[in-house]
Amino acid sequence: MKLFERMLGLSLVCVLLYLAFPVNSHAQVDVYDFETVEQEQRFRQLSNEFRCPMCQNANLSSSPGGVAADLRREIYRMIIEGQTDTQIEEFMLSRYGDFVLYRPRLTTQTILLWFGPILFLLAGIWIGWNVIRNSASRKSPTRNGDGSVTVANNSHAVADVVISAEERKRLNRLLAENDLPTNANDMTGR
Amino acid sequence: MIPELGNFALILAFCLSIILAVIPMAGAARGNLLWISLARPLTAGVFVFLSISLLILGYSFVSDDFSVQFVANHSNTMLPIYYKITAVWGGHEGSFLFWTWMLGGWMLAVSIFSKAMPDEFVARVLSIMGMLSVGYILFMLATSNPFDRVLPLSPEDGADLNAALQDFAFIIHPPSLYMGYVGFSVVFAFAIAALISGRLDAAWARWCRPWANAAWAILTLGLALGSWWAYYELGWGGWWAWDPVENPPMITWLLGAAMIHSLAATEKRGVFKSWTVLLAIMAFASSLLGTFITRSGLLTSVHAFATDPTRGVYILGFLALIIGGSLVLYAIRAPSLKSEFGFGSFSREVFLLANNLILVVASAAILLGTLYPMVYQAMTGGELISVGPPYFNAIFIPLMAILAVFMAIGPISRWKKTSPEHLRSQLTKVAMAAIGLGIVIPVLLTLDVPLGTIATTVLSFWIIFAMFKDIRSKIANKPTIAAGLRSLPVSYWGMTLAHFGFVMTMAGACLSSIYSIERSVLLQSGQSADLGAYNFRFEGTRPVQGPNFIADEATIVVSRGGEFYKNLYPQKRLYTSSGTPTSHMGIDGRFLRDLFTTLGDQRENGGWSMTVYVKPFVRWIWIGTIFIAFGGILAATDKRYRQFKVKQAQKMAITTPAHAQSSAPVSLSTGLDAGGSGA
Amino acid sequence: MSKLKLFLPVIIFFVLAIFMWRGLYQDSRTLPSVLIDRPLPEFQLRSLELGDQLLSTADLPDEPFILNIWGSYCLPCLQENPIFMAAKDQQIIPIIGLNYKDRDESARNWLEINGNPFELNIIDDSGRYGIDLGVYGAPETFLVDANGVIRFKHIGVINYQIWEDEIMPAIAAVRAGGDS
Repeated sequence: MKLFERMLGLSLVCVLLYLAFPVNSHAQVDVYDFETVEQEQRFRQLSNEFRCPMCQNANLSSSPGGVAADLRREIYRMIIEGQTDTQIEEFMLSRYGDFVLYRPRLTTQTILLWFGPILFLLAGIWIGWNVIRNSASRKSPTRNGDGSVTVANNSHAVADVVISAEERKRLNRLLAENDLPTNANDMTGR
Repeated sequence: MIPELGNFALILAFCLSIILAVIPMAGAARGNLLWISLARPLTAGVFVFLSISLLILGYSFVSDDFSVQFVANHSNTMLPIYYKITAVWGGHEGSFLFWTWMLGGWMLAVSIFSKAMPDEFVARVLSIMGMLSVGYILFMLATSNPFDRVLPLSPEDGADLNAALQDFAFIIHPPSLYMGYVGFSVVFAFAIAALISGRLDAAWARWCRPWANAAWAILTLGLALGSWWAYYELGWGGWWAWDPVENPPMITWLLGAAMIHSLAATEKRGVFKSWTVLLAIMAFASSLLGTFITRSGLLTSVHAFATDPTRGVYILGFLALIIGGSLVLYAIRAPSLKSEFGFGSFSREVFLLANNLILVVASAAILLGTLYPMVYQAMTGGELISVGPPYFNAIFIPLMAILAVFMAIGPISRWKKTSPEHLRSQLTKVAMAAIGLGIVIPVLLTLDVPLGTIATTVLSFWIIFAMFKDIRSKIANKPTIAAGLRSLPVSYWGMTLAHFGFVMTMAGACLSSIYSIERSVLLQSGQSADLGAYNFRFEGTRPVQGPNFIADEATIVVSRGGEFYKNLYPQKRLYTSSGTPTSHMGIDGRFLRDLFTTLGDQRENGGWSMTVYVKPFVRWIWIGTIFIAFGGILAATDKRYRQFKVKQAQKMAITTPAHAQSSAPVSLSTGLDAGGSGA
Repeated sequence: MSKLKLFLPVIIFFVLAIFMWRGLYQDSRTLPSVLIDRPLPEFQLRSLELGDQLLSTADLPDEPFILNIWGSYCLPCLQENPIFMAAKDQQIIPIIGLNYKDRDESARNWLEINGNPFELNIIDDSGRYGIDLGVYGAPETFLVDANGVIRFKHIGVINYQIWEDEIMPAIAAVRAGGDS
C-alpha cells in the first residue's frame, strides 16, 4: 500500500504512543515574515530536512504534531537571529539526536549507507564487464562466405547447425508471409 | 448469516487453492494429462469463490452491517454509498481480501489468455499462483479475517472511513496499485515454472513479455495515482516522500523496468536468461516486502496499518518460504540457463545491460536506505537514525541522469554488434542539438539558470531527438512517411511512448522542484498576496455542508497582470463522525503550471492563514506516467506475442528446414534464438 | 566457485530476513534521549504555585527527583496520576511537574479534580523548555539526580508495571550512585 494512510497514520500513531498534544491541525500553515527571500528558502529547506520527532515519518513542514510547529518556530527564530545551518542542525541534534536528521551524518556507522550505492555500482560494472568479456569469447552465429549461417553453440553439446543460403531464403519467405521480424533484420532490434 | 457465507466462500477458495497448488503441478511432473487439465477449472473456481467473498464484504458495507468488525471500523451510516464500497479496501483486512481477489483475477486471465502455451506449462504457472493464493487466504483466515463479528454487542454506528481516504483518487489508487503489484506474481510464476521445467527459451520470453509489460504498466499507473492523490489531498504540495511504504513499490517498479528490458534481450537474442529469472523473482520479492512492511509495522511510516506482530511474523515466514525457496531453486537451476549467443562490446545487449545495471543499483540503494535504520538500530543497540528524501534524492537523481544518457543510445544501437561509427553517425548531431538547445532555450527564457535545469533540458532533448532520428532512419526506405510509420511494430511504438513518458516525468519532476514557489500569508477578507506573476485576493469564507462533513470554504480571486483570471475555493473540512479536520485544496491545473492553495486556520484577529503555490510543470509528472503506462500496455498488446502456437516440433525447425516449411507458421527468431536451448 | 556465487542472492535474502524478523520486535518509535547523563537544561520559568516569580534550576530539589511532563489535555496523564499520588503519599521521591503547553486555569482545575502529586509545577506554556529537554509530547518522565544530571527518561504513560520494573530500579540506581 502506498501513500494512502498518511492522515490515519499520523493520528493513529500518536494514539498508540499515548502521547498527547493540545493542538491538532490539518494543513500546516505558518505565517512568518522574513527579511530576505534567501531566509525564507532556508526556512523551507530546513523544515523539510528535519524529521518531526513526535509523529511518524513526516518532516517538520508537513507534520501536524504540536512539537513540529514549535520546532519550526525555533528554526525561524534562529534564522532571523542569523544562525548558520550548521548551528541550527547542532541545536536539533543536541536535543533530539540523530533521529531528526533526514540526511544522516557521515559516521563510521553510516559509511555503508552513504558509500553502499557506489559499491553496488562498482560491483555491477565489474559483473557487467565480466559478462561482456565472457560473451565475447562465446561464438556468435557467423555468416559464412557462401551466405549460409552457422550457429555454433559452445554451452551445450549440440551439433552445429548449418542453414544453406537457399534454405535461408525459404525461411525468410515463410517469415515474410507471417509478417514476422527476422532475427537479423528485426524491427525493434535495429 | 450473510457474512458467514462470505467466510465460507473464502474457505472454499482456500480448499480449491490447495488442490490447485498440488494437483496440476504433480500432473505436469508426471505427465498426467487429466491432472494438468484440472488447472483451468480450479482457477476459475478459486476466482469465483473469492469474488463471492468480496461481494459479500461489499454487501456488508452497503447494508451497514456493523456487527462485522471490519465494517464497524471503516464505515458509517452517513458515508456516501460510493465510499461505502471503496471502504472495502480502506483497511487492512478488506484490502487484503481485495489483494487476494486481484491475484485470483490475474490467475483467471492467465488461464484464459494462455492458449498459445503448452498446457503443461500453464498448469505449472497456475499451480504456483495457487500456492500464493493458499498463503494469502491462510493469512486472512488465521490473522485478519474481514468477516470477524462483534457479537452480541455490535455498535450502533461505525467509526467512519478515514477522512483522507474519502476521495476520488482513493477509489482508483489501491485497485491499480494492487493490480500492478499482484501482476508481478504472474511473471514470478512464469519464472519459477521455467526453472522447474528447465524450459527457458525465446518462446518462454515471448509468453512472458505481455504479462510483464501489463503488470508494470498498471503498477506505473498505481504509483502515479498515489503520488497524485498525495499531491492534491495532503496539502503539503509534495508528490513523493520516500516513505518506507512508498519505497518498495518504487523498487518493484524499477526492477520491473529492468526486467522488461532484459526480457527483450532474452526473447530476441537468448541472452541474460538467468538474469531475467532473477529479476522476476526479485521484483516479486519486493512486492511481498512492500506488503510485509505495510502490514507489519516493521518500519515507522506514516502509512502503516494498525499493526500486529503476529501478522508480521506470518508474512515474513511466507516471504522466507516463497522467496527463499525460489532463490534456492534459482541457485540450483540457473547453471542450466546459459546464453547461446555472444554479443560484441558495442551492441544493444550491452546498452540493455547498462540499463539493467543502473535500475538494479537504484533499487538496491533504495532498499539500503529503507532498511538501514532498522539494521542500524539492531547493530547499535537501540540508536535511531532517519534516512529520508535528502539521501534518496542524492542517490536516485544522478542514477536516473545516467539512465537517461543510455536511454537515447539503446534503441538506436543494434543487436549483437553495433559499430561505434554507426552510433557516432547517428548521435553526433543529436548530441550537438541537445546540448545547444538544452542550454540556449532555458537561458533565453530565464536569465539565471541553475545547473539542474540545463541538465534536465539537455537530457530531455537528447532522448527526444535520438527518438526522432531513430524513427526517421527506420522509415527512410519506405515510400511515404505514413506508410513508414504504419510499418513500425506496435511494440516499437510502445517503447517510444514509454520513453517519451519517462522524459516528461523526469522533466516535470526536476523542473517543478526547481521552479516551484510558495508563500504563507495571513489575510483578512479583501487583502491579497502576490506570488510570481499572480495576485491572490482573499474574499472571506463561507460555511459549506457536505454529506458527512462541514467545511469553511474560502474564495480566492486570482488575477494576473491586473486582470481577473479565476476563482479558487480551498476548504478546511471537519468530518463530523470522526472529528478529523482535513484540508481540501483549491487547485487550478494547467499544462504548464499549477496554482495550488491551502486554507489554514482562522486566527484571533479574524484573518485566515493560507499557503499559495505556483508549481510550473508539476502536471508533467503524471501526464508522463500516463504515456509510460500506455506504452507498456501497447507493447503488451503487440500481436506478435500471441500469434504463434509453439509446438514441440518447432525446436526441429532449424535442423530440418523442410519440416519448418510443413509446420508453418514458424518464428525464425524463436528458431535461431532458441536453437539448442532447452536441450 | 561459480556455483557458490549463485547462492549469493539467497544468502543476502536470509540475512535481510533475519534483520527484519528482529526488527519486528524493535521499538523504532521511542526516541532514545540524548540528554541522559547531561545536566538538566537551564530555565527561567513561572510556576503554578508561585505567581509571577521566575524559577530556575537552582529552585529544584537538591536530592534525586522526578520531572514529569504533563498537560490537562493529556488523557494518558490521567492514567499515571494515581501512581504519582501513591508515590507522593509514600514519600518515595519528590515529583516536579512541568505543565507543558497548557493554560494555567485548566492546569489548576485538573490538579484540583484529579489530585496534585507535584511539589512544584513549572509552567512551559510555549513549549520552548520542552524543546531543550527533547520532549515531543506529554507524558514524558525524567529522573534527575542530586547533582541536577538527567539519569533516566521514560516516554509515554507509566503504569504500575513500568513503575515497578523500570522507575523504581532507576531511582535505586541513582540513589546508590549519589551515595558513593
